[in-house]
Amino acid sequence: MFSRSYRAAITLPPLLWVTVFLLVPYAIVFFYSFWSVSPGQAIVHSWTLNNYCELLRVGVYLQTLFRSMWIAARVMILSLLLGYPLAYHLSFHAGKRKELFYQLVIIPLWVSYLVRAYAWKTILGSDGVLNTLLQYVHLTSHPWNFLLYSPFAVVLTLTHIYTPFAFLPIYASLEHIPRDLVEASNDLGAPPLQTFWRVILPLSIPGVVAGATFAFVLSLGDFLAPLLLGGPSGIMISNIVVSLFGAAYNWPLGAAISFCMLLLVVGLLFLSERLERKWAFR
Amino acid sequence: MSADSGWTRSRWLSWHSLAVFAFLYLPIVTLIVYSFNGTGVGGFPPRDLTLNWYRQLFADGAIWTSVANSIVVALAAMVISLAIGIPAALALDRGHFPGKALFRRLVLLPLILPGIITGLSLLMLFRQVGLRLSLLTIILGHGTALISVATAEVFAGLQKLERAQEEASLDLGANYWQTFWRVTIPNLRLSIIGAALLIFTLSLDEIAVSFFLIGRDNTLPLEIWGRLRRGITPEINAISTIIFLFSLFAIVAWYRLRVAAQGKAEIGTELAEAAATTG
Repeated sequence: MFSRSYRAAITLPPLLWVTVFLLVPYAIVFFYSFWSVSPGQAIVHSWTLNNYCELLRVGVYLQTLFRSMWIAARVMILSLLLGYPLAYHLSFHAGKRKELFYQLVIIPLWVSYLVRAYAWKTILGSDGVLNTLLQYVHLTSHPWNFLLYSPFAVVLTLTHIYTPFAFLPIYASLEHIPRDLVEASNDLGAPPLQTFWRVILPLSIPGVVAGATFAFVLSLGDFLAPLLLGGPSGIMISNIVVSLFGAAYNWPLGAAISFCMLLLVVGLLFLSERLERKWAFR
Repeated sequence: MSADSGWTRSRWLSWHSLAVFAFLYLPIVTLIVYSFNGTGVGGFPPRDLTLNWYRQLFADGAIWTSVANSIVVALAAMVISLAIGIPAALALDRGHFPGKALFRRLVLLPLILPGIITGLSLLMLFRQVGLRLSLLTIILGHGTALISVATAEVFAGLQKLERAQEEASLDLGANYWQTFWRVTIPNLRLSIIGAALLIFTLSLDEIAVSFFLIGRDNTLPLEIWGRLRRGITPEINAISTIIFLFSLFAIVAWYRLRVAAQGKAEIGTELAEAAATTG
């Protein structure tokens, strides 16, 4: 029913915008990663693989990448542990309060990242809320300095930020489970735990995969929480990129790391898509 | 059904949910409480309750300049992402063109891509074409990143749209342009308003992309960020409280619109689709 010109009119502007502001910039990152910086800090436009060699040769890059993945993995697991039972509870047992609880989860999802990261900073500091509370109730006489400026603070804050992200797709997949399947399982005499393991959990795997992907990918690329709460031991891969684009001034090397991150993220999305399709029941 | 599930199990679940809600909300409550604390951002129990930090905040010129900048950026980003996102959603719904699957993935990618990659790649583009960093570059950055939100929201709205109405309009002699403005857009009204609200709020709070595209003028989150690095006072709690209350209002309004438009505000589905689109 739609004419060619109508289709062109709705397709071309977004296509053009996406090409100029997404596709071309990614291509520029790719090209930059093969250039280099002269001693006079000018960009040398001749092709070299040196940046990628450097990433493999200098230990700190790979180490930081692995530390970031380890932090992201912990955030992912914690978000799932917090998000899944919550989603299950809301979907199957919350009754009339479902709507309200659902809103209560999505409010923090969209509320300022910075506000929430800052809140944790004021809580975890050596004269912060938690330490002064612990001293007030005489649980400790000296402030616990290990709380802030540590990987722990980063994991805690990122878990706080990405738990709602993990919750959403899980909740959506639980909501899509036909209730007669669950009833059939109950009627056939399966105890609740068995119904959960054999019916509900397998059917919610696509949501778990999507939620896990969100939590892992978004925390892997985070650089603000480590800057604010991480201290020297909480540095993540994006912090290195930020410094390469700033004070360290080596855009080509920064571009090489960014391009690897882009590939990693796209690869993970591809993998999660395959997994989701494998487990989808429709 | 909850009748046959074990008493202890549902009780355990309730405690777990309560703990998660406490984990999600305690930091925000703490933030708000300490915005009234006379003796700084830490220190338990809070004491010397005062409105001084709010007074100081309202007299703080730099903050309000950055608020004005942020509002300009958010409005402009909203216009861009809707102007591109609405046709993009229509194209995904009813267009046939080579590379549609790739196009869909690209449009929705910034939703799941860490902000640093969007920010850096745009920084390199602007440098390549010699565009100086300013509020304009932040607007282009937010606009581009948030097209994903506009597209996902409007696409969800389109799935509920009766195509028969558009067909009737065309059969009765209206051209495509008239049908678009008089039938398609009014029917998508609630989705579009909801998307606009969400984009405005997200842009107002955005920091990762702005971090790389900032010129001389600060947006509000970057102004706060700059202060955080110099040391913290409850004045930041006060502005954070105001940001939270504004976001709370906007999100609840968006949620209501979403329920009104689609009966159910299941945003998880599209987010999941964005993560793994089948095209």
